[in-house]
Parts: sequence; structure tokens; C-alpha cells
Amino acid sequence: MQTTHVTTAKTMIVRLKIWRQDSPKDAGRFEEYTMDNVLIDMSFLEMLDELNEKLLKEGKRPVEFESDCREGICGTCSLMISGQAHGPIRGATTCQLYMRSFKSGELITIEPWRARAFPVLRDLVTDRRAFDRIQMAGGYTGAKTGPHADANAMLVPKDLSDRAMDAAACIGCGACVAACPNASASLFTSAKITQLALLPQGHPDRKRRALRMVAQMDKEGFGSCSNLQECEAACPKRISIQNIAIMKQEYLKAAISADYREGLGDADA
Amino acid sequence: MVSLKQLFSSSLGRKYLMGASGLALVIFIILHLLGNLTLYAGHGEPMNTYSARLHSLGMGLIIAEVGLLLTFVIHIIAAIQVTMTSKNARPIGYASTETKGGPTKNTMTSRNMIVTGLVLLLFLIVHLKQMRFGPNVADGYTASLEGVMVHDIYRVVVETFQDIKWVIFYSASMFFLGFHFRHGFWSAFQSLGAINPRWSKPIYAMGLIIALLLTAGFFFMPIYIYATQGGAS
Repeated sequence: MQTTHVTTAKTMIVRLKIWRQDSPKDAGRFEEYTMDNVLIDMSFLEMLDELNEKLLKEGKRPVEFESDCREGICGTCSLMISGQAHGPIRGATTCQLYMRSFKSGELITIEPWRARAFPVLRDLVTDRRAFDRIQMAGGYTGAKTGPHADANAMLVPKDLSDRAMDAAACIGCGACVAACPNASASLFTSAKITQLALLPQGHPDRKRRALRMVAQMDKEGFGSCSNLQECEAACPKRISIQNIAIMKQEYLKAAISADYREGLGDADA
Repeated sequence: MVSLKQLFSSSLGRKYLMGASGLALVIFIILHLLGNLTLYAGHGEPMNTYSARLHSLGMGLIIAEVGLLLTFVIHIIAAIQVTMTSKNARPIGYASTETKGGPTKNTMTSRNMIVTGLVLLLFLIVHLKQMRFGPNVADGYTASLEGVMVHDIYRVVVETFQDIKWVIFYSASMFFLGFHFRHGFWSAFQSLGAINPRWSKPIYAMGLIIALLLTAGFFFMPIYIYATQGGAS
């Protein structure tokens, strides 16, 4: 016997205003698209996939956007949706956003992250390697060679490891920069600095890390933090600006410390 | 260790300067308000006594004034640098933006500290010209305190606020002071890293209380003078 599942799928009309830009040098412009019969339980990125299918069928260039894991952990998707980084839901990435969060017929504006340090490559895709360079400037720990130490040889208080883990939840998506009215990268940089500063493994490089990562952040052309906390509101991992306060302490301590001289290398701790 | 130049030209270094100078200015303005309360007592004698005592500090007062001027200059230069860096960081803006709510302190006033700051700078220039560098003893603005001739600063204040236009200018400027302090007070602690999750809310609330008290305190002074001495010449 054959069973049939009859579902009355709810659909909606989606009106989109999307930033189109052919190349980094192109001035770019908005283009509008309308899609009928979009399932309300479709994810936002699936809706864009459908739009691209439609554009391909029409022989047009699809809208370029980034995504990878589509489960909120990789930090690749990055869309400014109607003026909010990752859309209207707090604590979620664009890929965790569903069409049921929008009204049928509502005009949805989609833009790339806007920052000098994140130049647009095409449409909604930006070059976010500035974050990689900040990370490379000091967001790592030194490791000794030789035999493995016992995994639990180094004691870490639970509360500190919890706070370090909260900071380590940063997926580097760039929503903090995108949402900040000053395009500041303070939340990202501070999360990376704090995560390692709180743990004993991060201590040998602590001062060098704070000085170099902040210097790289400034060099990339990000704006200056004015404590608006919009980054924390936009962060899909809800990283606290407390990390920025810790970064301020770490940087000041490193800047006035006589133990460590930038450029000479290894006088640390 | 980095050089001082490196420290204070970094984005964080500028925020340390902003925060520290801002807190110093908060203390100055609280003291200024307390001193000005002498306006309400008597007809000039308390204020002139206060002024005369300040001036009796001689060199001490000059050092304090120069220090205050430097604090203002540091605050203003750091503010302009911070604003320019941020304007430069986003050459192409969004079609529209909307705050995501939650913990955000992103409001019309917190986003526009440079605007309220520039209004206050304009106020400061006018205020210094009228009061600090206004009519002095040489212009015949003298009063006698227990037989000693002193500068009649009270008369300068009263004459300024005979004019409704200055009453409005001074009182309206105090709203900008309030807006500036509302974000600035809490922000200074965050900029210095001198905050933790338990202090954050109380300090933010304290910013509101200080903003309200200072605004109210200064706001009524020109109005009081105008209302009580408006007809006198």
C-alpha cells in the first residue's frame, strides 16, 4: 500500500534588493529581484541558491555570496541583511536564518560587509584576509619540541578555562566589524588576545601578542572602538566586549613593561 | 615596552588618552558646578568670595588652569583622531543600518559624541571669552569684600544673563553636556579597561545620574538669574 504525505507548504513572496558589483574596481549598484513561492521554512541561503538557479536559467550571472558549513560554525557566510549583520536574529549566522523571520512581500536589502579593510571582491563576497593577518601577527602559542607532555600536567582553573572558551567561540566572521558604526575590529582582535591571555599556555607570548596584534589591527585600516557595544549585539557567538576591556589591560601592561622590547625577540613573560 | 609615540599613536593609546582626560574633565565639571552653586546664595558676595579665594592661589591657579587647558586639548585632539580613523575605515556606507538591540549602547547620542563634543567646544570658547576673559577689575567690575577690592565676577554673570539669547545658549548647551556624559562616563572606564562584568551596569547607570545632575545643575543657573534679576540693569 502506498502512503502519500500531503503537506500544505506555506510559501511567501520575497522581494530582494541586492548589491551587485562585478569586480573590486567596479562602482557597484543595487538590483532588485522578486521570487514567488519561497517556502517559509527555507533557510536564507537556500533562498539565495534558488534565486541563483533562476538567474542561471535566465542566462544571467548569479549572485556571488560565501557559505561553507551552513551550520553556524565556520564563519564564512557574511551578509548584511536589511542593515543588520547576519540578519535580524541575535546569536545566529546568516546560514542559521530562516525565511519565516521575514514577512511575505517585505523588501530585504542584502549588502556585503562594508569596511576599507574588507574590500568587496564581487557582489557580496569580501576579502577578509585582514583578520588572518591579525591572527598571524600573534594569535598563537609557542610549542616546545620533544616528547609530549601529559595532557593534564598543566592546571587551569575552571572559571578561567570557561572564559577563555567563551572568547574562543569567535568564528572570525567579521560581523563585529560590519555592525560597528566605526568599522572597528576590536571585538575580533580582543577575543583572540583574551582567549590565549587567560590560559597558562598563552603566557610566554602574552606581551608580544598584545602589541603585535593591535599594531596589525591598526595597520589594516580598521576604525577605532567607541564602546557602542553593537559588535556584541551582532556577534553570532555573543562574544562580550569585556574582552575588549581585557585587551586594553593586556596592551597597556605590555606597552609599559620593561621586560619585553619589541624587535629584540625573546625576552618575554 | 614600546615608545610613548608608538603607544599614543595606536588606536588603543588614543582611547586611553580620551578616557583618562574625559574622567579628569568630569571631576573638573563637578567641582565647577559645586563652585557655581554660590550663585544661589546671597547677592554676589558668596560667588565673589569663592572667586577671590581661587585667585588667591596665585601660581597654583595658573598651573591648574594650564593643566585643565592641556586636558581639554588632549581630549579634543584624541577625539578628532579617533573620529577621522573611523570615518576612513568605511569609505562606502550601508543603504541602511539598524541596531540589533540586546546589550547595545548604539544610540543617536553615543554615535554622535563628536557632534555633542564640537557643540561643547563652541560653548567653551564663548564661555571662556565671556566669563574668564570678560570684563575685569580694570573695566571697573569691582566689589568690596570686607573692605578688600575684588573682581565682581557675579556682576559679569548677572549682566550676561540679562540677555535672553545667552540664557538660551547656555541652558541649551547643557543638554549637549548631558548627552556627552551619558555615553562618555561609562565609555571612559571601558576605554581604560577598568571595568568588569559586575561593574559595567552600575557604572553605566552612574553615567546617567551624573549626566542628569550636571545638566540640571547648570541648566537652571542662567534661568534663575534671568528670572530673579531680569529687570535689573
